[in-house]
Amino acid sequence: MPTALFMALQFIREGRTQSGLISAAVGMGVAVIVFLSALISGLQEDLLAKTLGTQAHVTLRRPEEQPRPLWASVGSATTLTRTEQTAQRQRGITGWQQTIASIDRADGVEAVSPIVSGAAFVLRGSVSKSVNLIGVQPERYASVIDVPSRLLQGRMVQGGTEAAIGVTLAEDLGLELGSKLRVQAAGGRAELLTVVGVFDMGNKDVNRRWVLTPLRAGQTLLDQVGAVSQIDIRIPDPFAANTVAVMLAGRTGLETESWMQTNAQLLTALRSQSSSSTMIQVFVILSVTIGIASVLVVSVVQKRRQIGILRAMGSSRAEIAKIFVLQGALLGILGSVIGVGLGAGMATVFTRAALDPQGQPLIPMSLDAELMLTASLVAIATGLVAAALPALRAARLDPADAIRHE
Amino acid sequence: MSEPVIDLTGVIKEFGKDVVTRVLHGVDMRVDPGEFVALVGPSGSGKSTLLNILGLLDRPTEGSVRVMGRETTELDEAERTAVRGDALGFVFQFHHLISALSAVQNVILPLGIARGRMQASLRERGVKGLDEVGLADRADERITRLSGGQQQRVAIARALVKRPPLLLADEPTGNLDTETADDVFRLLRRKSREQNIACVLVTHDPGLAERCDRIIRLVDGRVADVRPGQRAAAERAEADRDPPADERS
Repeated sequence: MPTALFMALQFIREGRTQSGLISAAVGMGVAVIVFLSALISGLQEDLLAKTLGTQAHVTLRRPEEQPRPLWASVGSATTLTRTEQTAQRQRGITGWQQTIASIDRADGVEAVSPIVSGAAFVLRGSVSKSVNLIGVQPERYASVIDVPSRLLQGRMVQGGTEAAIGVTLAEDLGLELGSKLRVQAAGGRAELLTVVGVFDMGNKDVNRRWVLTPLRAGQTLLDQVGAVSQIDIRIPDPFAANTVAVMLAGRTGLETESWMQTNAQLLTALRSQSSSSTMIQVFVILSVTIGIASVLVVSVVQKRRQIGILRAMGSSRAEIAKIFVLQGALLGILGSVIGVGLGAGMATVFTRAALDPQGQPLIPMSLDAELMLTASLVAIATGLVAAALPALRAARLDPADAIRHE
Repeated sequence: MSEPVIDLTGVIKEFGKDVVTRVLHGVDMRVDPGEFVALVGPSGSGKSTLLNILGLLDRPTEGSVRVMGRETTELDEAERTAVRGDALGFVFQFHHLISALSAVQNVILPLGIARGRMQASLRERGVKGLDEVGLADRADERITRLSGGQQQRVAIARALVKRPPLLLADEPTGNLDTETADDVFRLLRRKSREQNIACVLVTHDPGLAERCDRIIRLVDGRVADVRPGQRAAAERAEADRDPPADERS
C-alpha cells in the first residue's frame, strides 16, 4: 500500500469519532442531494409526461392569411391606407403527403402524424356537447400521442366511421362501446359515428372534449377533403423542440409551433424549480466542504509534531500534502456510500409511503445510477477540494518548528 | 583518517528580520564514524539550533555543513529531505512516535517513506529492529500502551532501522527516570558501537556526558571547549560486555 494512503487510513482510524461524525455529515449532504434530485426530476418528468402526453412536440400549420392593401405608394406620393385583419378561414395543408414524406427523412424527427381537427357538437337525445373532432391516421397518431396505452375500453379507431372518445364525454353522454353518436361539425356536416374505444388521457379537458376518428371521416365532416389542418411531430429530445421547429419551418415553409412555446409558463416554472434545487444543493455542498476542511485543519494542528517527525524521516512536502488530500477523498468516499444508501432509502420509503387513492405513488421519484454516481463523485470531489487548504498547511510546516511544538 | 560523518565549518545562525538575533557564532564541529559525542551547554546556548542544523531541519545563515562529505547548504528542499532520509536518524526527548501506528509500524515507517510503499515484507525488519531493543513481543502493541522507556526504545529502533551513519539524539533520556534513562543510554551506546553509528547526544546530564567519547560544550552559541569524556573508556568496555537488551527487559 502506498505510504501516504497507509498514513491517511491510520489517521482516519485514529480519529474515528471525528471521522465518523464528518462522514455522517457528508452522508447527510449526499442523501439530501440524491433525495432532492430524485424528487425534483421525478416531479418534472411526471409533469412533462402529463403535458406531452396529449401534445405534439412540434406542430406544423399553414401560415395565417395576411391582409394585402389594395393601394400601394407610387413615387413620392403618400397613400393613406387602413388595413383590417381578415377573419381566418379554415384552410388546410394541401399536398401534405409530400410534406410528410420530406419530414419523415429529416434528422431529429421520430414520428410524424397528419391530423385534421375542428370544433363540432356531439348530439345524443336532447343533450349536445361541444367537442374537438380530430381525424387521424391511427398508426401515425399513436406514435406521436400514445392513445392505445390509455384506452380504458375497446380499441383505437381503424377506419370507416369509428370514434374513440374521452372517458368523461362517455360518462356525460352515457356512451359505451358500440354506442352511436351523432357528430355535427361547425360547418354543418353531420355523421353518425360508432364508439369503438374509450380513453383516459389523464387530462380532464381532453377526456371531456376529444373525439378521435379516422382521417378520412374527419376530413369529410370538417369539410377539408384532401387536406389536413396540422402535422404533429414527435422528436427524441423534447427540449430540442424549438430548434427542430425552426428547421422544419425552413424546410416546409409552414408555420411551426413547439410545445415549449405553447407551455412557456410551465417551462419557466420548471426552470425556477431546478434553480432552487440547484441552489439548495450548492449550499449543501458548501457546508459539507467547510465541514471536511475544518476537521482536517484541526487534524493538521493536532498532528503538527507527527508531521514534523515524518518530514524529519524523509517525507517530502508533497507526500505530507498527499496524506491529507487522501484523507479528504476517503472521507468523501465514506460519506458518499452512506449518503447514496440513505438518499436512495429515503426516496424509496417516500415513494412507497405516499400513495394516491389508486395505490400509485403520489410523487414519482426518479432514482437512477447516473444520479447516484454523480452524487458520489461530487462528494469525493468535495472531499478533495476541502482537503486542499489543510494539505497545503501541513506541507508548509517547517519540520524544526513542528517538532519543537508542544 | 576516515571521512567525517558530519563536518561543520564556521556555522552562523541568525533569527529575525528587523531585530536580528545571532544564536550560533561560527561553530566548527566534526564527528567521525562510530564516535559518540555529547553536546552540552546551558539553556539558550544554541544546542537545539545546532542539532537542527546537523539534522538538516534548518539551514545555517552562513557556513558549511557537509554530511558524508557532501555539502548540503546549497541543496534544495527535496535534496535535503533525501539526504535526511538516507543518512540521519533522530531520537527526541518526547519520542515523537506516530500514535496512530503500532510499535512495528512506527519502526518500519522510515523504510516505507523511502520506498513509497508500506510493504508487508518490511514487517520482518521491523520485528528484528524491535528485537534488538528488546521489544519483539510488543510489536503489535499500540504506542500509547507502552511505557515511557519502551516508547523511547521503539524510537531508537525506528531511528536505526535504516542503519544511518549518524544518529541525532535530543535529550533522549530527559523524560525518563534514572534507571530507565541509564537503560536507554546503554542501548544507544551499544548500538552505536555494534553498527559503527556516530551519535550526537544533546544532554543536560553531566553524568551521561562524561560517559561519551567526546564532550562539546556550547556557551552563548560558541564552542567553549571540547574534551574527552572521563568515563568513556570504562563505558566502551561496559558496552562491549553489555548483554543484548532483550535479555534485560
